[in-house]
Amino acid sequence: MDYHKPSTFEEAVAIAAGAAGTTRFLAGGTDILVQMRSGIATPEVLIDIKGIAGTRDIVREDDGGWCIGVAVTGAELTEHAEIGHDWPGVIEAVGLIGSTQVQGRATPVGNLCNASPAADSVPALVAAGAEVTVQGPEGTRRVPVEDIPTGPGRTSLKKGEVVTALRLPPRGRGGGDAYQRFIPRTEMDIAVIGCGVSLRVSGLVITEARMALGAVAPTVEPVRGAADALVGTRLEKSALDALADLAQAACNPIDDKRGTVKFRTHLAGVYARRVARIAYERARAAQ
Amino acid sequence: MALDEYRPQEGDEAYEGPREFRQVGTRPDRPDGFDKVTGRARFGADMYAPGMLHAAILRSPHAHARIVRLDTSKAEALEGVKAVVTRADFSKNVIFAPGTVGEFWNILENIMAGEKALYDGHAVAAVAATTPLIARDALKLIEVEYEILPHVTDVDEAMKPGAPVIREGAADRSVPEGMHPNVVRYHESGHGDVEAGFAEADLVIEDHFTTEATHQGYIEPHACLGTLGADGKGELWCCTQGHWYVQKVCAALLDLETANLRVTASEIGGGFGGKTTVFIEPVALALSRKAGRPVKLVMSRAEVFRATGPTASASMDIRIGMKKDGTITAAQGTFRLQGGAFPGAPMEFTAMCAFACYDLRHVRQVGYDVMTNRPKQAAYRAPGSPMAAFAVESVIDELCNRLGLDPIEVRLKNAAREGTKASYGPTYPRIGLVETLEAARAHPHYAAPLKPGQGRGISCGFWFNYGGETSVSLALSEDGSAQVMVGTPDIGGSRASMALMAAEVLGIPYENIRVTVADTGSLGYNEISHGSRVTYASGLATIKAARDAVRKLRQRAADKWGIDVEAVDWVDGCAVPSGPNAGDFDPLPLAEITKTMGATGGPISGHFEATPEGAGVSFATHIVDAEVDRETGKTRVVRYTVVQDAGKAIHPTYVEGQFQGGAAQGIGWALNEEYIYGEDGRLQNPGFLDYRIPVASDLPMIDTVIVEVPNPGHPFGVRGVGETSICPPLAAIANAVSNAAGVRLRDLPMRPSRILDELEKQRDDA
Repeated sequence: MDYHKPSTFEEAVAIAAGAAGTTRFLAGGTDILVQMRSGIATPEVLIDIKGIAGTRDIVREDDGGWCIGVAVTGAELTEHAEIGHDWPGVIEAVGLIGSTQVQGRATPVGNLCNASPAADSVPALVAAGAEVTVQGPEGTRRVPVEDIPTGPGRTSLKKGEVVTALRLPPRGRGGGDAYQRFIPRTEMDIAVIGCGVSLRVSGLVITEARMALGAVAPTVEPVRGAADALVGTRLEKSALDALADLAQAACNPIDDKRGTVKFRTHLAGVYARRVARIAYERARAAQ
Repeated sequence: MALDEYRPQEGDEAYEGPREFRQVGTRPDRPDGFDKVTGRARFGADMYAPGMLHAAILRSPHAHARIVRLDTSKAEALEGVKAVVTRADFSKNVIFAPGTVGEFWNILENIMAGEKALYDGHAVAAVAATTPLIARDALKLIEVEYEILPHVTDVDEAMKPGAPVIREGAADRSVPEGMHPNVVRYHESGHGDVEAGFAEADLVIEDHFTTEATHQGYIEPHACLGTLGADGKGELWCCTQGHWYVQKVCAALLDLETANLRVTASEIGGGFGGKTTVFIEPVALALSRKAGRPVKLVMSRAEVFRATGPTASASMDIRIGMKKDGTITAAQGTFRLQGGAFPGAPMEFTAMCAFACYDLRHVRQVGYDVMTNRPKQAAYRAPGSPMAAFAVESVIDELCNRLGLDPIEVRLKNAAREGTKASYGPTYPRIGLVETLEAARAHPHYAAPLKPGQGRGISCGFWFNYGGETSVSLALSEDGSAQVMVGTPDIGGSRASMALMAAEVLGIPYENIRVTVADTGSLGYNEISHGSRVTYASGLATIKAARDAVRKLRQRAADKWGIDVEAVDWVDGCAVPSGPNAGDFDPLPLAEITKTMGATGGPISGHFEATPEGAGVSFATHIVDAEVDRETGKTRVVRYTVVQDAGKAIHPTYVEGQFQGGAAQGIGWALNEEYIYGEDGRLQNPGFLDYRIPVASDLPMIDTVIVEVPNPGHPFGVRGVGETSICPPLAAIANAVSNAAGVRLRDLPMRPSRILDELEKQRDDA
């Protein structure tokens, strides 16, 4: 195995593009190192991107959005003074990954690129409308977060491409987001389902709405139609019922050791209601 | 471990009556605390030797398969590989026998497969190489051709006609004719006429219950370092609850003279019964013998789950009759336990413990030991008892609910007392069940109001406790300090309690005593640390060894003073003249005697060897409050109180720790822990991510009440406390959850999806 620690993304892209055999990027390493130790993954080329300038920075952009470096850890985000004020749902999702110790190493971008359908940060990021910048041999592009995973363990990143930053849009007034997951225990577990909701309100009326579900389909997906169900409502029972129905209809889960199709689909409805209520309260308080 | 080692024992009358203790009952710092907090403690994997090789084990990916061809030549040819072993490298003299009589053969067959792989994870070959990575790579070069056979992992399925046969001829003579060959042992016991008893009842409830296999979940995986020379002499360092047993098994499986293998027990990172048997040590020694170098073998967590002992899973039918006033008129139980691909599921303990809490005129219990394609079960904290309590105490709770009776009053009304003929045969000497029930009734928890959505559960539990073969030596140093050598690995604070008991007898400070778990070359035989025997049996032996030393100390003083030894008392660590000589001489402190002991007769030591048979049985009553999220099925234990009879708590903090630990493990067993097998018979969750033991935030503060009803069989009244604490939790939690949810939960674990299904059925029925 070849280990590289480039100092620029150009260099990282060149190494990845020219590499023969399985190539993996290393940031926090809480997925890839564990996979290597247990014999699940044996990459021939490992590219450590933590040495690239700016990858550890959290920057407020001119438009009020946030640019988060790819090597920023979960703990750095959860302890950040301001970003949690804008995006409490994203931050509470990041705070659920692994354990306190794991969050000291693990990165949200790694959580995204590991492409687990149960990744905690991803539904919250999708609901928030987050994007990543991707650099590759053909240049740089911006990609919505939901377009990165294409299936369990698979991404849309092409050979030589690497994510260079995570971008959260400006929150603006009257916005609120939330994330919750169901696990059988209280922590140290993998989501049986996860649900992220982001809303904007004007007074009591919802003006924008996005929802995404985790662990109910091969990839984390935005629930299209959430806006139709919620915009213009005051999150009355009928709106919550419609949202829960949409959430359940969006489910395409598998039966496995962590939950049956029936159980996951049922929980999707329960969590759509619960999380939407929290996001709504946060949005109303943010006016 | 032979199952009859848990045979209930009639006690010697050894209790010396109430007394004022100076040290026993205090809470000094634990002697192993500094080492464990600073990382200085050496566990199984912490030992190294010059030239040491690293071993790895190849395991079957199939639940049941004939090994058609096994070719290790490519692995042997890999650079860095120094030895490969298969079944051919172990003794040919270990004889197969049905049931648990052939336990050494069963262990051999388990640690290295013979003609068939019997479960997912069964060892088929092992490699020793210069690095762990080379050993792992070499496993991939071993060619195994399997003929896959039909498999069965469920206890009820394994008993049905047509179920795949795990091993012909494994059944012993206890099994009635006509049973499936997978039923390998049978038990029945009881007294009275149950049908007559049921006829007297106002209400009879009969119900079916199941529990899943759960793993002991110790933090430290099995690990050892072994050296075995061509001269047949060896050394073994390993993580175990009983190194004399390891010595005996390894000697048998490798054709060694027992005394030529010296075994040292490492510090232990949890055992809970799972380290009372042998999984890897003979493999490391066989590799070492072949390679001529020391071999270290450390299991991964996945190997621990796939190939070491969980407890048995159970399928149980219970029938109990009760009068309107709460009197139990008759009780009957059938207990089917699977313990993997070998005989040994502790169904007789399940049967014998099931109704042991109650004074019953009519009681009958039947047990079946069933083989399946799962790993060989190992003891797990009161083996067999928790599942029995789950089934029985659930039915009692349901009877109380339907008859409108208080669950503690009903249990008090039927409780076994001194003189009660136990459901499993003997007549109880002094026991403490009533005292635990009275303390539970008086506890503020029992009267505390419940919030909406919460339910309360009560359960009692019983465990035999055990004595067993025990040797202790105590040696005094010139400066008056003492070293105590015990042979029972410290799995629950025994070094602290031994030091307290020795300090009490010698009359010197606790801090001046060092207790060491001696290796097999340094002390007489000791049975495993199991059966909650250590504080009882090693404690009794420590007291007697200390008294042996005190007798010698008194003799030295008598010699010095020129008086008879009978005229010398031992008071507060000093020899004191007594009787007609009282006041003739100044008290002579222990350190004054030991300072000159070389010149006054030689070193002073005390010894005691015996098989104490007065282990007092122990009872507990638990109170649990739980709440259920009816939308998700998720359960939370919100309040938990353990009340248990300790006989005499030597170090109360450790006793409380045992109470809390049993409750914590019970919460995991009740709510989320289970072995999940796929259609292919492979274990789906061999890791702590999906095998869900409780994390700290899952647990409430577990309140404890120590009841002390002295054990007639111990000088200070000690009863073992380590196991009884896991007997009531499954039932107490199930009763709390059932009362919170309004539906009876009959199957463990009560995972959220299962609770939702039961709530759905409840709605459908309504």
